[in-house]
Amino acid sequence: MAYAGGVDVGSTQTKAVIINEDLQIVGRALVDTGSNVVVAAQTAFDIALRDGNIHEEEEGVDFIVGTGYGRYKVTFGDAQTTEISCHGRGAVHMFPGTRTVVDMGGQDTKAIKVTPTGEILDFVMNDKCAAGTGRFLGAAASALGVPLGELGLAALRSTRPTKISTTCTVFADAEILSLIGKGKKVEDVLLGVHHSVVSRALSLMRRVGIDQEVTFTGGVANNVGMVAVLNQELGFECNVSSDSHYMGALGAALFAMDHIVASRETHRLEEVK
Amino acid sequence: MSLTTSNTPQGAAATKDNSSIIGRGNKEGNQLFRDWYQELTTAPSRGEHSAYVFVMGSLAEILQSFGIHTIFPEVNGLQTAVRHVADDYIAQGEDYGYSTDVCAYVKADVGLQLRGGDHPMGKIPKPSLAVYTNACNTYLKWAEIWERMYNMPSVTIDVPGSRADGRHTWSGHVDFENDLKYVRGQLDELITVCETVTGKKFDIDKLRETMHYTNVMMERYERLIELNKARPAPYSAVTDGTVYLGVANSLRGRAEGAKYFTDLVEEMEYKVANGLGTTFEEKYRLIFVGVPCYPIFRRFNEMFTEWGGAFVGSSYMWFASGGANTGFQFDLARPLDSLAEGLLVTTRDAMDTMFFSNRNIVDAIEPFGIDGVVYHPIKSCRTVSTGLADNRRAVIEETGAATLFVESDHMDKRVVSEAQLKNRVDAFFEGLATRRVRQGAGESK
Repeated sequence: MAYAGGVDVGSTQTKAVIINEDLQIVGRALVDTGSNVVVAAQTAFDIALRDGNIHEEEEGVDFIVGTGYGRYKVTFGDAQTTEISCHGRGAVHMFPGTRTVVDMGGQDTKAIKVTPTGEILDFVMNDKCAAGTGRFLGAAASALGVPLGELGLAALRSTRPTKISTTCTVFADAEILSLIGKGKKVEDVLLGVHHSVVSRALSLMRRVGIDQEVTFTGGVANNVGMVAVLNQELGFECNVSSDSHYMGALGAALFAMDHIVASRETHRLEEVK
Repeated sequence: MSLTTSNTPQGAAATKDNSSIIGRGNKEGNQLFRDWYQELTTAPSRGEHSAYVFVMGSLAEILQSFGIHTIFPEVNGLQTAVRHVADDYIAQGEDYGYSTDVCAYVKADVGLQLRGGDHPMGKIPKPSLAVYTNACNTYLKWAEIWERMYNMPSVTIDVPGSRADGRHTWSGHVDFENDLKYVRGQLDELITVCETVTGKKFDIDKLRETMHYTNVMMERYERLIELNKARPAPYSAVTDGTVYLGVANSLRGRAEGAKYFTDLVEEMEYKVANGLGTTFEEKYRLIFVGVPCYPIFRRFNEMFTEWGGAFVGSSYMWFASGGANTGFQFDLARPLDSLAEGLLVTTRDAMDTMFFSNRNIVDAIEPFGIDGVVYHPIKSCRTVSTGLADNRRAVIEETGAATLFVESDHMDKRVVSEAQLKNRVDAFFEGLATRRVRQGAGESK
């Protein structure tokens, strides 16, 4: 059995996925990236190996693709591919009807248009500003003292979302605390934050064109509030996988498996000659 | 202007015979550019006048005929960025009071003026006058700064642009003739100002001479652009092209400029005839739209060449060439009327290249064999950048071309994020690679 690995070194967290020849995830890992990107990549990969009960000395992972901002720091990797291609590939693998991918991570939001085979037709991303990304949600959680994991549920308790005029992450504290100071409820402000972030994502999606099905990937897809608001704004339900956080790493692993298969085919043809 | 890029060509091996031709354009261009800055530095000591002018309609022909040097604040600005000192100049402009939103060219120039013209390339003289068109709205406000600083005259040549996308009128049409009269009258006003500033009488034969040299330059420049249709392309329209633009602007209307482009075309024709490209294997042919990212000029280009991406066309080589891209030829039998017509047609073209560039791009895709279009809007310049997203959409709808949209700045490295740029560039090429595989497999675009 051959295994392929994908390591997605993001700005906030590093994800690793190992797949088997049936293209099923057999091991996964998620660690904070921290200041040492090389160590984060290695740690995530090692945990994914243990998660999959794969012993390198016996079986090993035949090909590893690095992705994310730190893809060139995956020192044990065999190739690099951008997370844009990887999220597209991963999303189509999980949901074959996917034509539009929205990936929301720690500092990037991407809208990606894909072919039925997962190739990238077009993409746009936020530019040099973390407004409308996961970082803004993190800043709101911090300002309001709500654990990040509970942010979505807390927001969904609101029935009257507050209109948030700015999504500047740097000024998030001041903006949010001023609203609380005006007597707004925490859940109303939070739901307003979710609407605001979704609004930025929709703007990017419209630029590439919103074709169904839409698949929501990245760490922010774990936030039930974001999923609910995105569905509401889209007017239909987007696909969300329980592995959405690992979608980039999964795409990288799928590209890695392509290399293994191609290499095997080349070898076979050489033997036939 | 140490922007030299192409030395050893890709393609057929260079031989002893061609060693004096290949690379000559960059080498001589850089030297001419340095010499020009030296000439400017020493101009005040000879009692010579200088005019601050801009790349879109410099009126070099009239100014040169009076012996007035042309100084390009835009070029001064980009030189500080290429030499990695722009932030000092920009900071000085901001300390003086200009907002971070103001064009970084302007702020770098304010910094330059505040330090008495001290510049990495020499000493920039104070202006005796400023001459500019309305091709860029910032030009007008920029010149007002010098008016306040130096109490010198500034002359605005108001050039009517296209009434709408693709709706050009030409000689004989009533709109065109009215526009022509309007521009011609303003040239007379400029001549009067030049006479007052220099104390010299206008000499129409000297004007004819400068226009002749511009004619040669423009004819060769148009040919130069045409030559990059070859595979592999003989030069980069971004890196090498910037060297050529430096000469096209600084030595416009002069014998050295005319000779330079004659030699350059000879070099490029030689390269094309011998199948010689630039320094890397050309895999993808690209058009660049916008102004280059000067703070990381080389690195920006490398992000593309690493993937085999060659810039064979660039809107910068169109709109920043003073109309040389059109190949317009002045009629020396009626110099002032023809100069007005040339200014009208070429400035209109420069504005169209910025505002309606989808037409130029669409028209270039097939003859230049374009695989992708790279849009580079810049924070400094809303004039050039506004509308590029719509432009991109229009080009995609009409041609299906692959496109990349990356934003940074031409001067201000605070808004240049190399990691983000590289991520987008890599993804763009991954898409181009899969597109090529699909096309190879017989699938439609």
